[in-house]
Amino acid sequence: MSEDNRKVVIELKDVCRDFKVGDEVVHALRGVSFKIYEGEFVTIQGTSGSGKSTLLNQIGCLDTPTSGEYYLDGVSVRKMGSNQRAKLRNRKIGFIFQNYNLLAKTTAVENVELPLMYNAKVKPKERRQRAIKALIEVGLGDRLEHKSNQMSGGQMQRVAIARALVNDPTIILADEATGNLDTRTSFEMLVLFQKLYNEGHTIIFVTHNPEIAQYSSRNIFLRDGQVQADTINHNILNAEEALAKLPKKD
Amino acid sequence: MNLIILIAILVVAILIYRRYRDESLLGMIFKVAIKALSNNKARSLLSMLGIIIGVAAVIVMMSIGQGSKESVRKNISQMGTNIIMIRPGADRRGGVRQDPSSMQTLKQEDYEAILNECRYVMYTSPEVTTSGQAIYGSNNYNTSAYGESLEYMDIKQWEIEDGTCFTEQDVQTAAKVCLIGKTLVDNLFPDGQSPVGKTIRFRSTPVRIVGVLKSKGYNSFGMDQDNLIIMPYTTVMKRLLAQTFFSTINVSSLTEETTDQTIEELTEVLRRTHKLKDNAEDDFTIHSQAEMMETMSSTMDSITIILVVAAAFSLLVAGIGIMNIMLVSVTERTKEIGLRMSVGARSIDISLQFLIESILISITGGLLGVLLGYGISALATAVFHLPTSVPFWSVILSFVVCTIIGIVFGYIPAQKAARLDPIEAIRYE
Ligand SMILES: Nc1ncnc2c1ncn2[C@@H]1O[C@H](COP(=O)(O)OP(=O)(O)OP(=O)(O)O)[C@@H](O)[C@H]1O
Ligand SMILES: [Mg+2]
Repeated sequence: MSEDNRKVVIELKDVCRDFKVGDEVVHALRGVSFKIYEGEFVTIQGTSGSGKSTLLNQIGCLDTPTSGEYYLDGVSVRKMGSNQRAKLRNRKIGFIFQNYNLLAKTTAVENVELPLMYNAKVKPKERRQRAIKALIEVGLGDRLEHKSNQMSGGQMQRVAIARALVNDPTIILADEATGNLDTRTSFEMLVLFQKLYNEGHTIIFVTHNPEIAQYSSRNIFLRDGQVQADTINHNILNAEEALAKLPKKD
Repeated sequence: MNLIILIAILVVAILIYRRYRDESLLGMIFKVAIKALSNNKARSLLSMLGIIIGVAAVIVMMSIGQGSKESVRKNISQMGTNIIMIRPGADRRGGVRQDPSSMQTLKQEDYEAILNECRYVMYTSPEVTTSGQAIYGSNNYNTSAYGESLEYMDIKQWEIEDGTCFTEQDVQTAAKVCLIGKTLVDNLFPDGQSPVGKTIRFRSTPVRIVGVLKSKGYNSFGMDQDNLIIMPYTTVMKRLLAQTFFSTINVSSLTEETTDQTIEELTEVLRRTHKLKDNAEDDFTIHSQAEMMETMSSTMDSITIILVVAAAFSLLVAGIGIMNIMLVSVTERTKEIGLRMSVGARSIDISLQFLIESILISITGGLLGVLLGYGISALATAVFHLPTSVPFWSVILSFVVCTIIGIVFGYIPAQKAARLDPIEAIRYE
């Protein structure tokens, strides 16, 4: 792999994040450095409390490092104001959460439209069209007007993925996106992520499950807020084949 | 003052609009706010309740105040401003109690002196009043009897609808005849027969009806002006009360402009007939009707102001209620706020969303309050015959005040929402 002529999307330089809890200081991240290139499918693994979510929040511009530098698309995030970070979240990042985080009593389309509402360049008409397109992409073309409480967990997570995709972000971040789903549905999600990977999206996927990591292109292991290992996966498994082998639901 | 506030609000609105015009975000935020409110209709209505009641109270108070004032003005112009009333006893506004004999100073000689000597006086009528029950057949009704002279009809501009007035002859002989008002006709003769020529009993004295008065309706204080009997003053004095003094002498001045001269002239004549020494106080009091109406009107103004201020305080309480509910709402929707922030909402977008929500609550409440106020006013007129008139500027003022309440009391919840940390907010359960 000729890594050097690929575009760097994310660059972390010695990123630290400390939390003050009472008198104690928790060092959630202790100097994390790596580069992520465009089109990579990265999984981040590690034990509970190793700092995975904290790291993802840094990358997702939801939080700022205590020290160190973070460049997103070549722009330093640490010195930004909160409004600029909000704009970055809106334009460059698609976030997927473990517990879906859909708006209650709101239809799939309206949920997916949400990020576009905070993007003034998208006119209302275009907003809806793009939301519908994203939902079709995740296989929910027949559930457009279903409300969030009328859907299964897998369907809700698909809506969340569509919401993350709708702004055409530079990176897609997922924090335990399959954590609440059964094996079969998890693999359905993996198929979807691999499809996005094949289309050239950059994906960072936090997971507990080492099996899932085999379907990504690169595996980063965290331990005590530091990168313990960072390996390229040369033998990416095909999620679609794995799904086909799984026992069918009746 | 209202205008300044209105302009200030307008300027702020335009500034906000210009800030967001290019991003067309405001419309979206508006929609979100409406949706949030309609998602929880019962609570929205509850949080509006204070505003609804407060605004309705203000509107009703103002409409009664305004209505009474208009009605007083109308009454004055109807009656003419040149009516002058002479009452027995010194001016009582000082509050000093007077012995009963001082209330018996107006006598027949005074009446005759006024008739003979006062050049500025057009009409004169001595007045003796009493109240009691009027009975016809099996029907009865409580009413007041006014003993008057013929000229009373001109002073108060009463017209006869049916029959005729009593005559000078009737006054001379203290004849038991009377004119009755419309309310009495309706209550004593409910089957529609003409009362003229019938004999009713008033305080056990039989009196023959010679005419029916044309209806005047209710006055400014919700009093029925048609519930009365008019008789010759001699009849009331001799046949009903056996007294020799008047309770009032009503006089009308030649023109409105000569009211002051008339009062001077009356004072002079009455002092002379009462043989008062130069340094003695008047033993009668003269008021012009216009002056009394002015006093009443300004009293009503002060009462209106007090009531409106009281009602306005309830709006303050209502605002605090809105703030409470908004604070609860922000806490409940912490996760939603976190989600919105994580997909790119700025602090100002979030705070604007909650601000617009609270403004929407208070303005909608204001609108319902205005409608309720109109309703109650109409009801007060229909049931209690109170004159009401909702001043249009009070409606405008209500909306302005509601907007301000929404902004002021929505500010703290909006700030609370905007200051949330996205990560903590999205994890909130
Ligand atoms: N807001 C916070 N305040 C204080 N400490 C925090 C905060 N967020 C995280 N931490 C601490 O930072 C460390 C890393 O937390 P983090 O949530 O990143 O772990 P994780 O790897 O995502 O764990 P899990 O797999 O259980 O989700 C933990 O020790 C945690 O207690
Ligand atoms: Mg985590």
